[in-house]
Amino acid sequence: MGGQFFKNFSFFSATLSFFILVGIFAVLFNLAQESLYTFGFDFLYTEIWEPGEDDEGGIFGGYIPVVGTLLSTLIAMILATPIAMGIAIFLTEIAPEKIVKPFSIAIELLAAIPSIIYGMWGLFYFAPIVQSIFGGNGVGLLTAGIVLAIMIIPFMAAITRDSMNTTPDVLKESAYAIGATKFEVIKDVVMPYSKGGIIGSIILSLGRALGETMAVAFLIGSVMSIPGKVTDPTTSIPVLLANNFAEAQDLELSSMYYLALILFLVSFTVIAVAKFYFLGRKKY
Amino acid sequence: MNRLLLNKVVLVLSTISAFIGIGFLFWILITLSYKGIASIQLSTFTNDLVGGGIRNLIVGQFTMALIATVVAVPLGVLAGIYLREYGHGSKFASLIRTLSDVMTSAPSIVIGVFVFALMVDPVGSFNGWAGIVALAIMMIPIIIGTTDNMLALGLLKLREAGIALGGSKHKIIVQIVLKAAKVGVTTGILLAFARIIGETAPLLFTSANNQFFTMDLTDQFPSLTVSIYNLATYPDAESRELAWAASFILTVIVLVINLLGRYFTRNKH
Amino acid sequence: MESNKLTKVMDVKDFFFTYPGAPEPTLKKNNLPIYKNKITALIGPSGCGKSTLLRAMNRIHDLYPGFKYEGKINLLNQESGKMENILKLQKENELIGLRQRIGMIFQKPTPFPMSIYDNVAYGLRLQGIKNKGDLDGMVEKALKDGAIWKEAKDRLKESAMGLSGGQQQRLCIARSVALKPEILLFDEPTSALDPISTGAIEELLSELKKDITIAIVTHNMQQASRLSDYTTFMYLGDIIEFDKTEKIFLNPSVKLTEDYITGRFG
Repeated sequence: MGGQFFKNFSFFSATLSFFILVGIFAVLFNLAQESLYTFGFDFLYTEIWEPGEDDEGGIFGGYIPVVGTLLSTLIAMILATPIAMGIAIFLTEIAPEKIVKPFSIAIELLAAIPSIIYGMWGLFYFAPIVQSIFGGNGVGLLTAGIVLAIMIIPFMAAITRDSMNTTPDVLKESAYAIGATKFEVIKDVVMPYSKGGIIGSIILSLGRALGETMAVAFLIGSVMSIPGKVTDPTTSIPVLLANNFAEAQDLELSSMYYLALILFLVSFTVIAVAKFYFLGRKKY
Repeated sequence: MNRLLLNKVVLVLSTISAFIGIGFLFWILITLSYKGIASIQLSTFTNDLVGGGIRNLIVGQFTMALIATVVAVPLGVLAGIYLREYGHGSKFASLIRTLSDVMTSAPSIVIGVFVFALMVDPVGSFNGWAGIVALAIMMIPIIIGTTDNMLALGLLKLREAGIALGGSKHKIIVQIVLKAAKVGVTTGILLAFARIIGETAPLLFTSANNQFFTMDLTDQFPSLTVSIYNLATYPDAESRELAWAASFILTVIVLVINLLGRYFTRNKH
Repeated sequence: MESNKLTKVMDVKDFFFTYPGAPEPTLKKNNLPIYKNKITALIGPSGCGKSTLLRAMNRIHDLYPGFKYEGKINLLNQESGKMENILKLQKENELIGLRQRIGMIFQKPTPFPMSIYDNVAYGLRLQGIKNKGDLDGMVEKALKDGAIWKEAKDRLKESAMGLSGGQQQRLCIARSVALKPEILLFDEPTSALDPISTGAIEELLSELKKDITIAIVTHNMQQASRLSDYTTFMYLGDIIEFDKTEKIFLNPSVKLTEDYITGRFG
């Protein structure tokens, strides 16, 4: 008797994830209706974000936050990928055994630091440095992109490392036994062998970066304009939501839900592609 | 030989990358400690936000995280058990497992928006329960994942032994398998807890923040993380200092729990 | 016509080997000659050190730093006729050169994640051979020498992972043979294969020895007695007995050897 209840309850728990997922889509879609009907797909290329008088009506377009999200993520990915790969190579093929464990833990601690701490540190310590090297205000697309890169590096490195570690020792030894150098073994054997995991880690990190909020909120400037230079301030979907969601009403609020829906759809798709096609069963 | 040179170059670059990574870690931790410790006074811990301290914030953040844990753990563990034990090999279980995995990386701000729509808007005010639900939604998939993984790690033998001894299926599962996985599951819970206690975005428009000490979850609820976000943007130096103090404390909490979790996995055998 | 002239191509002299962190040497005062164009088998119970000794011959232990060598492993320099101690090699390009002269085939087939053609051409490309015509010819010859040309010739561009276990192992042999090594080391090459594939590979080895010297570690005594010209029996890191295979199996000099051969332990 208890067995059946237990089974049913655990089944219910298992499907909870699924229902929450569906629920999120449903709620977001529902509450974005007003904006969806008013603006349709034009929302995606409209640069204006202007509440009307009395907070009713207005013209809202998601172009700037969407572009900001994509650009900051792009900068982050370009900077993070080579470094993350380098770290993974270091941990799997270069570091002597005694160093691997402490280094790995250090990398994972870097990943555990909350986003808002990256924001604080970035704003007060890193932004001035970017300013002195690149000009601008310190706060802008570039700073946000760089700090975002720092945030996803440990994540990407850890997954890539785990993937590379699945390469059987005998396979590597075979390559050495033919006279390959360490780099050649990595390039011709290890990386092709763990290709799926490596690509998956890159795509997954991209998905994570898209939704990153707090650090970017501190550093991107929160200005509703397209950045002319890479150091100019702009905004992104998570940042716009973080700053303005609570006060928005009516059409503006509906437009916020529209943005949230876009963000959720895109990052969900990206992450799902990474998990389903490349990564198999992983605990990240 | 060109090959050897290329080899050396790549290896050196990789090593440099690793040290860059570690370098950032130390840079952040050192700055944080320096600024944070300088900003801490006794009042930081004895006063609430309204009085320039963070007492209520720490209590508030922990309260919400703990209750979220109490909600999320049974659901997550049971779901993990289901996936591994009953749904073993079924396409449905596989789908749920991957979907759950995807949810662990979902943008936390969207979850905040979602819970706002469900629990804040209808009620008309921010409330602690909404914050708890948002945190729980983030936690459940993480715990499902770690429970699932732990159970998968060669507990087949234990399970078979249990069945040989008699006993209904669910009793065996709960007793034997879970006991053996206890360490792994505890680690999973600790790591999930460390993850959500540092979260800000899901709380921004669910539980928001509260300067006063309160345990009333139907009202806006104090949060350490949301406070940091607010304080950092105020122009006055005191707020800035408090933000650093809070950041330092938060980081210490998160890293300690994280290290604890890893410490337990070390002693597994 | 069988030549009676025995040339030593490799000579292990008073060789000790200690694994990283181990309190005592795993291999103790090993002395072993390897004769040209002969198959030398290393047999012994699990843990006797036969694989360890084999792996010292192409310095593959160097991949896992922290070990200790003592003694010498001399390799015949074909040009000068002199024996050179390969344990003295330090530089990376010297080790690479060594491994191009002494190849190794492992217990589990290890095809690289690339096409059949690229697998065989891999070592050649590393050596700098780029001309497609040259490569084509060398790949074909190697695949023929590895007794896998017929099965591979229509699938050269396909992934090597699509081959069966036995085929993959022959591919690995072809891959090593392509470099025209002087010595090939085999570490239990058929223990993961079915009997038919095993037979095919044993036949292959008998053919290969006409041009290449072979050392093979095996825990299958029947294989050793079928295949090899000389046999070494090892126990707990010592070389107990080394002699012509016939002698070892029919009339061993040491009692321990006899006990092992007759199955009294193992």
